[in-house]
Amino acid sequence: MGEMSQREAYGRALADYGAINTEVVALDADTSSSTLSNLFAQRFPDRFVNVGIAEPCMVDVAVGLALEGKIPFVNAFAALVALRAMEQIRTCVCYARTNVKIAASYAGVSDFKDGPTHHAITDIALMRALPEMTVVVPADAVECAKFVPIIAEYEGPVYFRLSRAATLPVHGADVQLTLGRGITLCEGKDVTLVATGGMVGRSLLAAEQLAKQGLSARVLEIHTIKPLDEALVCQAARETGAMVTAEEHTVIGGLGAAVAEALGANCPAPLERVGIADRFTRTALDPESLMDACGLSVEDIVAAAKRAVGRKG
Amino acid sequence: MPYYPESLIQELEEVARQLRIESLRMIYQRQSGHPGGSLSAAEIVAALFFEHMHLKSEEPNWPERDRFLLSKGHASALLYSALARRGFIAPAELQHWGELTCSLQGHPDRLKTPGVEMTSGILGHGVAIGVGLALAARMRKQKHRVYVLLGDGECQGGIVWEGAMAAAKFRLANLTAIVDYNDVQLDGPVHEIMPVEPLPDKWAAFGWSVLQLNGHNVRQVLENLDMAAETHNRPTVLIAHTTKGKGVSYMENDSRWHGIAPNAEQFQQAMIELGGKA
Repeated sequence: MGEMSQREAYGRALADYGAINTEVVALDADTSSSTLSNLFAQRFPDRFVNVGIAEPCMVDVAVGLALEGKIPFVNAFAALVALRAMEQIRTCVCYARTNVKIAASYAGVSDFKDGPTHHAITDIALMRALPEMTVVVPADAVECAKFVPIIAEYEGPVYFRLSRAATLPVHGADVQLTLGRGITLCEGKDVTLVATGGMVGRSLLAAEQLAKQGLSARVLEIHTIKPLDEALVCQAARETGAMVTAEEHTVIGGLGAAVAEALGANCPAPLERVGIADRFTRTALDPESLMDACGLSVEDIVAAAKRAVGRKG
Repeated sequence: MPYYPESLIQELEEVARQLRIESLRMIYQRQSGHPGGSLSAAEIVAALFFEHMHLKSEEPNWPERDRFLLSKGHASALLYSALARRGFIAPAELQHWGELTCSLQGHPDRLKTPGVEMTSGILGHGVAIGVGLALAARMRKQKHRVYVLLGDGECQGGIVWEGAMAAAKFRLANLTAIVDYNDVQLDGPVHEIMPVEPLPDKWAAFGWSVLQLNGHNVRQVLENLDMAAETHNRPTVLIAHTTKGKGVSYMENDSRWHGIAPNAEQFQQAMIELGGKA
């Protein structure tokens, strides 16, 4: 592949942005050589806090720093920070509305080798349910880097969901990003593929295959799952009449659920959700084959698109 | 260390008495709240808010203020009473505590109530958040101090010790924790429900300077707060031995008064004992 991993793009961007914005501080829970927050730590040792293997403590310390006007980025494995520190995030970050940025690395099944304990497949659902939380899932390395300043300069809690892996490249360096605003990556009239994170690149490949089979697929990237760009989703539903969602997350509570809620309330259309079925995952030798085994292959997206088109009234 | 004349001590004892009366009145009027742990910490809060801490009620976010975290957020009636008396909130607001449109929530909310440094209510967060406040003060080269008031039952939760470990690692001498050690929690005596002893040894083993005192003795509270402020290179914890429900005979050391309100007769009795108006 040769593409830069999301974690490396993020780690470099955080260190670079740290030079521009001296209020940014980084925290980690003994995973800085994995999350690559160590790139920040090496340049700004006085603005880096390692609390050891204690994610709840890390979030609370970040809350204290945020109360004093710092812009803390907490770094940890998504499966740990989203679950172990959930109460800290609910009470002290969201309810108290402190300006804490949660960089949740190793999300989805990207930590393929460590198995289901380390896979984060419920974190979007958990974070999306919290009032005040903004949930951002970048598609590729370029987007990871470009979102760092945007998230830092947004005032409020953000869950920034990062892959350990290199996801398929989607964007050029000139991509324009706005929180809460989806991106139409290619136009189409028969069906819409709504994708997030590493599934965006796969959805573009699925759209190519669908074209060969005579179906014109629109591809929307939703990087901000909350707040959802309902206008863009509903416009696509009205114009194409069939919807597919694709995410590296359980089909319960994530992007698929968010889109279903928007469609159900505003613009009903057939919807097929590509995601991880309601069961735990497996260990694998590489992330791509694990994603395929989890029902996240390009072929799965293509099949879902055909089912959605077949359900049109 | 400063010298505290007897007149000041008596004045603060009177403040503590008034805070007890006001807290109980709030709990009685609302028929909800936590009397036991509000009464046990009255002298600690009186000493902090009316003598020791640097605060400006006309400027709640004054950058040089000392920071106070009520980690045992269920003692909100005590905090609100102190904030009203100190001029952060209108005293008339107290009687509306908990009403749908009132700024005073069941537990403290930093976004709704001036003078509330941080939202609390779920136990355990204060020490770790205090670490963040103290680290920020160091980064900014600020001289103010950070105070965290927590309960003894609260020390049963692991997050307290995660924060304690971090505070010692970062040598946060600008952080002082105060444990309101009344040995009573919701379900019964702390030493039965889940013993926290040897509590001073535990804090010492976590790298803290440990001071023990009678938490109802205002002079001891003030002097120990000063000693903490003069400690270098490590945080200090004040283990303040107190009586849950202090000042109201039928509430003292009785876990049933952790979180219920007195009825009219009980309230009247409490006011007689505290010298307040029923």
